[in-house]
Amino acid sequence: MYLTKEEEQILNGDAGETLRQAIEILVTLGDIYGADRLIPIKSAQIAGVSYKTMGDAGLEWISDLQGKVKVPAILNPAGMDLQDWERLRISPEFAEKQKLIVQAYEKLGIRCECTCTPYTLEGFDVGYGDHLAWSESSAVSYANSVLGARTNREGGPSALSAALLGKTANYGFHLDENRVPEISFDVEYPLKGSDYGALGYVAGNLAGSKVPVFHLRSTPDADELKALGAAMAASGAVALYHVEEVTPEICRVNFEEPSEKITIEKSQLDEVYESLKKACKEPELITIGCPHCSAAELEKAAKLLRGKTVSKEFWIFTSRELAKRYPEYVGTIEESGAKVVCDTCMVVSPATNSYSCVMVNSGKALAYVPGMCGAEAVYGSMEACVEEAVGGAAKNVAKKGGDSN
Amino acid sequence: MIPIKLKGRKISRGCAKGEVLLSRDPISFLGNVDPKTGVVIEENHALEGKSIQNKVLVFPHGKGSTVGSYVMYQLKKNGVAPAAIINLETEPIVAVGAIISEIPLVDMLERNPYEVLNNGDFVLVNGSKGYIELLKQETIKTENE
Repeated sequence: MYLTKEEEQILNGDAGETLRQAIEILVTLGDIYGADRLIPIKSAQIAGVSYKTMGDAGLEWISDLQGKVKVPAILNPAGMDLQDWERLRISPEFAEKQKLIVQAYEKLGIRCECTCTPYTLEGFDVGYGDHLAWSESSAVSYANSVLGARTNREGGPSALSAALLGKTANYGFHLDENRVPEISFDVEYPLKGSDYGALGYVAGNLAGSKVPVFHLRSTPDADELKALGAAMAASGAVALYHVEEVTPEICRVNFEEPSEKITIEKSQLDEVYESLKKACKEPELITIGCPHCSAAELEKAAKLLRGKTVSKEFWIFTSRELAKRYPEYVGTIEESGAKVVCDTCMVVSPATNSYSCVMVNSGKALAYVPGMCGAEAVYGSMEACVEEAVGGAAKNVAKKGGDSN
Repeated sequence: MIPIKLKGRKISRGCAKGEVLLSRDPISFLGNVDPKTGVVIEENHALEGKSIQNKVLVFPHGKGSTVGSYVMYQLKKNGVAPAAIINLETEPIVAVGAIISEIPLVDMLERNPYEVLNNGDFVLVNGSKGYIELLKQETIKTENE
């Protein structure tokens, strides 16, 4: 891998131990994957924030680092709401460690907003063709696919190294040749709302780490694309996908149609919804916001909950910035007894571990909750989630399945 | 005997010596190794019940969660990390873990390490220059799995 004179000096330790280790991480990964050089990045997003996932070891490693990041950098969700952690009954011991992790990141000049949707925040804009070092899998998918930017699925230490250097190794999804569709998915009926999360859950399993192209009979909006990508990054390792006539890259680049073609049947998506009917028990906890709710999703949740009272725990996750920007939606949601929770999510918070069955409207949460929270996960649309939470006819909701959106 | 020297790819710099511990199974540091004791705890793993502390740990490649990198760091802080690592082909979790934990690591040796090395051999791993050197061969053959 070619290094500039300045980069060689950093690798020799002339700029201190932190940067030496950071560049060693990037150069090693670059050598493993055949990068030719380091390239500048516009921003970094760092996973490895929740104390639940990284533990004392991660905390120690970050605490030992010195210096400041060179590009705007932001964090992935933490294990709790950083301001109102007691509400979800987080233990004081966990809260103490979680705060130390965030403080250690802050010391390095990182914006301590903890969100999986950094692209919705002020001052964190991403343009077509921008090179990034992001690590939250759904944000990676959104940046690559919906925004047409370029990032690999970075691990926590490599994204942090990239932030400290302002560079990343030029391999993988930074290169044109790795952005070509490799598998084609045909869906011959129109989809709406949570159908996209269900599609992602099914397609991710089939695609693995390949780049899929979708041929759809409906035009997804930004939130639907977000749900599709997040689910595929969880049930598979998809970091980039294209949707014919929708996503920006396939509209500009004349890709050849891949030889591997799969038709997705309606019954495959119905099966995802049927998880609710087949559940061992009734959901005790309902969650929305994986990835974090957008303004439109908060508005929709508020509209559905207006004037209603929930009879089950109902958590709606979003970024703190959006919650602050839309106090009227938050107010309406909380009047129903549901809780708007910031900085964290149902997957990385230990709060979820105390429930045995969780209803989600996210294909990503459906994939991760069983393994990471030890709870059964069932799937439904946002409407179905709200009905379940207000103690509505759960059985009717389940029957409606995919049609309920 | 003439020391055997094998070239490989530099992954994590530094130089260390130790006794060889071979595993033909991949290792996930998250969940498979106790970070406090360095003992492999995965059921039915080739190394189940064995300690990796101060060993030259030979395994094909890593597996499992990216959090495994931090577990390697925890092993180092607790003084129970391997002295060095030799992989057939390193993947990013183990590469990053070895770098942040300052564990010398080389992979892609010019000869298959499973054909050259036995448990109990004394080996030097030079991660800065990218080679390993067999310093002392275990004369009494131990189980080589």
